[in-house]
Amino acid sequence: MTEPLLSVRDLRVSYQVGRNFVHAVDGASFDIPRGSITGLVGESGCGKTTVARALTRVIADNATISGGQILFDGKDLAKIPEKEMNALRWRDIAFIPQSAMNSLDPVYTVEYQLGEVLRRRGGMDRKQARARSEELFDMVGIDRGRLTDYPHQFSGGMRQRVAIALALALDPKLIIADEPVTALDVIVQRQILDQLKELQTRLGLSVILVTHDISVVAYICDRTVVMYAGKVAESGTMQQTLTAPSHPYSMGLRNAFPDLQGAASGILTPIEGAPPNLANPPAGCRFRPRCPFALDLCGSEPPVIDVAPGHPVLCHRASESENLRIEAAKTETWMARA
Amino acid sequence: MTILTKMGATKKSDVLVSVHDAKLHYQVGGAFAAMRGKSTVVKAVDGVTFDIRRGESVGLLGESGCGKTSMGRLLLKLEDITGGSIHFDGEELSKVHRKGLKKFRSKAQLIFQNPFDAINPRFTIRQTLSEPLENADIPRSEREDLIIKALELVKLPEPAQFLDRYPHQLSGGQLQRVVMARALILQPEFVVADEPVSMLDVSVRAGVLNVFRDVRDRLGLTAIYISHDLALVRYVCERTIVMYLGRIMEDGPTEDIVREPLHPYTKALVAAVPVPNPDQSHDPLPIGRGAPDPRNPPSGCVFRDRCPSAHARCAAEVPQPRPVGSRLVACHLF
Amino acid sequence: MPEVAAVKTSVSEAVVPEVAAPRRPNIIARFFRTLRLPVNDPFAVAGLVIYLIFIATAIFADSIATHDPTEILYTPSYDLAADLRPGQDGFLMGTTSLGRDVFSQLIHGSRSALLIGVTAAFMVALIGSIIGLVAGYFGRWVDAVLMRLADIAFGIPFLPFVIVLAAFLKPSIWNVVLAMALVLWRDTARVIRSQVLTLRTRGYVEAARVAGSSDFRIILRHIAPNILPLSFLYGSIAIGWAILTEASISFLGFGDPDSISWGYMLQDAFASQALAKQAYYWFVPPGVCIILVVSAGFFITRGYENILFPKLNR
Repeated sequence: MTEPLLSVRDLRVSYQVGRNFVHAVDGASFDIPRGSITGLVGESGCGKTTVARALTRVIADNATISGGQILFDGKDLAKIPEKEMNALRWRDIAFIPQSAMNSLDPVYTVEYQLGEVLRRRGGMDRKQARARSEELFDMVGIDRGRLTDYPHQFSGGMRQRVAIALALALDPKLIIADEPVTALDVIVQRQILDQLKELQTRLGLSVILVTHDISVVAYICDRTVVMYAGKVAESGTMQQTLTAPSHPYSMGLRNAFPDLQGAASGILTPIEGAPPNLANPPAGCRFRPRCPFALDLCGSEPPVIDVAPGHPVLCHRASESENLRIEAAKTETWMARA
Repeated sequence: MTILTKMGATKKSDVLVSVHDAKLHYQVGGAFAAMRGKSTVVKAVDGVTFDIRRGESVGLLGESGCGKTSMGRLLLKLEDITGGSIHFDGEELSKVHRKGLKKFRSKAQLIFQNPFDAINPRFTIRQTLSEPLENADIPRSEREDLIIKALELVKLPEPAQFLDRYPHQLSGGQLQRVVMARALILQPEFVVADEPVSMLDVSVRAGVLNVFRDVRDRLGLTAIYISHDLALVRYVCERTIVMYLGRIMEDGPTEDIVREPLHPYTKALVAAVPVPNPDQSHDPLPIGRGAPDPRNPPSGCVFRDRCPSAHARCAAEVPQPRPVGSRLVACHLF
Repeated sequence: MPEVAAVKTSVSEAVVPEVAAPRRPNIIARFFRTLRLPVNDPFAVAGLVIYLIFIATAIFADSIATHDPTEILYTPSYDLAADLRPGQDGFLMGTTSLGRDVFSQLIHGSRSALLIGVTAAFMVALIGSIIGLVAGYFGRWVDAVLMRLADIAFGIPFLPFVIVLAAFLKPSIWNVVLAMALVLWRDTARVIRSQVLTLRTRGYVEAARVAGSSDFRIILRHIAPNILPLSFLYGSIAIGWAILTEASISFLGFGDPDSISWGYMLQDAFASQALAKQAYYWFVPPGVCIILVVSAGFFITRGYENILFPKLNR
């Protein structure tokens, strides 16, 4: 495999809440290969959005990147001066938000807003900007005539297409999409995902898709980074993390999702309990209180074990994953814990 | 309908809820919009007819704006019906007032979508669960016992420890169980669940769904499950009603609909559901672009502007639900 | 099954003494929690301290004051004790042109200020809250009627209305309060109505409806506790307004001639040309008191705002 486009090493982000620090991301490491879609999955509060925002250093006022590296094209984004970072945003790394309404200004037409980006940041003149705007609308499948519309005149799905066009404006290398389809209905969701996939393949983009929905990941992604309680539980290809997961948390998630193509009689198995409070996380493995395979040794910090090349797993028992997977497929395994 | 009512008086009818040509129209925009010739009426529910048998679980499926939530609210008399009728246990809901309404409220319950919003943050769990009991004039001495039993029913472990806690001290999964316990504490016959797991973390959704299934079977509840997710509906309901822009498109056994959807809209809906399996192949969606606009639905069949098999008749004539095998389908193709 | 029965008997036995009702936090603690006094803001704390002193002074005015505030006093040498400087002949803050004790007037002035402030605030908060709750909760024509009334109240010029009404009914403190309440409820009602409109859409309000709760119960238990801090906020704003208004009216000479207030003192001083006589001891203290009490009220208000709208202060 060639050099990855983005390489995150031991990233730490903490929020100051009153006098306490909450380590929302506590040592996350993963690679984003060139020309692939990577799903960053996890439940609310697992730190996935914080990671995504830390990559462009657009984080809340009370948050700081307290450690680690973000290597992008030979630069450490965690360290470079703000001015340099600002030059990178949009041009090299673009962002698609969950709700496009938040990134579009309601009082200007879409064409004006696209033009603003193209002229200010892309150094184009008016004519070039207009041509590029039309090209972008063609790419995301919206009629050119609608360039002069205001954001509120678009439906939710169309607005998300506009957001994609906006992100693509300056030919970025990496697109970070934060729950881009969560607010949309299934049909529109599918259409947007298809569009994103098609553009990614055509333009050879790298995409990070932040989502809680593993069905979306399964549909569109090549690789997955599974996060739990501020740490990366495991990462690898889709087959490694979804079809044959090696971390008990991913195994549990697999059982918790209804599968429309599966047998009608299938029983869903929840993971009992709830994700830990990050202000006061459990010692050792953070999944331990909910894990049916927890042993005494899980009270100590779990190691990162490469169960296969490019498939690191944060678990004491990662080497036994073959057997655990068989156990995890049984409902009783998870019920015994409760 | 009158026959049903008469039967209900003598012998318990097999049908618990009977909806006939129900309509819920909202006035939106003002006189100025009307002057500019814009439609000022949104037809959230527009001529919906179906029966629910006792003990049946029915999924109301559709995209946002299809009227599924409005339909649920009509069934619970949380909205005033614009036209048509809904009979609950033989009684017409629009004629139920005061005393009858109090009785109806103890029989028909709602499970809310957002558990973080559905419990008063100033109330302890005990106060939250006491409210329906107080309203039903259950003596104080019996309340504690009923509360504990309701919490056990929804599988909240060691319920006593939660009684004096406030909602913010509970996790989403636990809160949704409390919401369910509140709905079930008076032993209702009929429950409407409005996307009860959509606000919950994925790892705990299955737990809440399992409790829902378990309780429904144990109490023999008649249930409506409102969702946009066919996979979830399939997990809890034997029958599914597919709605689009206030009308029913298809109504039949869930398994049949999942395996062989008939209505073009249902076909698209089934094809669009993502599957948590990376090895699954997907066909392109059989639907046009665009989104439903509840203010200006097309004439005739409301789905025709996105339908791949629309023809001249679809614009001219509203398709009525027709029996096709085990199902009802509202489409001119059938 | 026998196990369940056993549990049941033990539970009902435990509940037999009706006194052992569910434990509730004591009522005073609950009251203070509902009040949510703004004790984290130094300005608000200063305001609260000023208020405490002010209230204590008003309550114990009779024992603090050295003289009857309306009594015409004489010096030990049987001269009229007029225009005495502070400290002269034992008059702490001097005397007025009519030979009355300024200090005692000041102390007694706190009493009418408190009376006016508190009753006006109470009436404004009460009327405004009730109208806001009813309009917001029931909506439709009830809302339309009440809010049009509020619009009319907004159209009334405040000071002239109070002066005219107070003068028409008979100049007394109570009529000033009544006149103010009749105008000032509009702001409270407007704000509370809009708050109720948002609260009404909250899930737990709907849940209470589904649980069979009556409208009255829903308003009382689910909505009112949430708007109470807002009522206090508008009540505390009204305290300042009421004291200022009373002072203005008294200063303009439309006040109650039988009661001593700070505004009356200012008017008296003005009419007696205290400024020309450089009798600062006469008109500065009541002026300072008005400023202190009114701004203390606004400091507390600000504290409430920080609690209610924490983002304003960022």
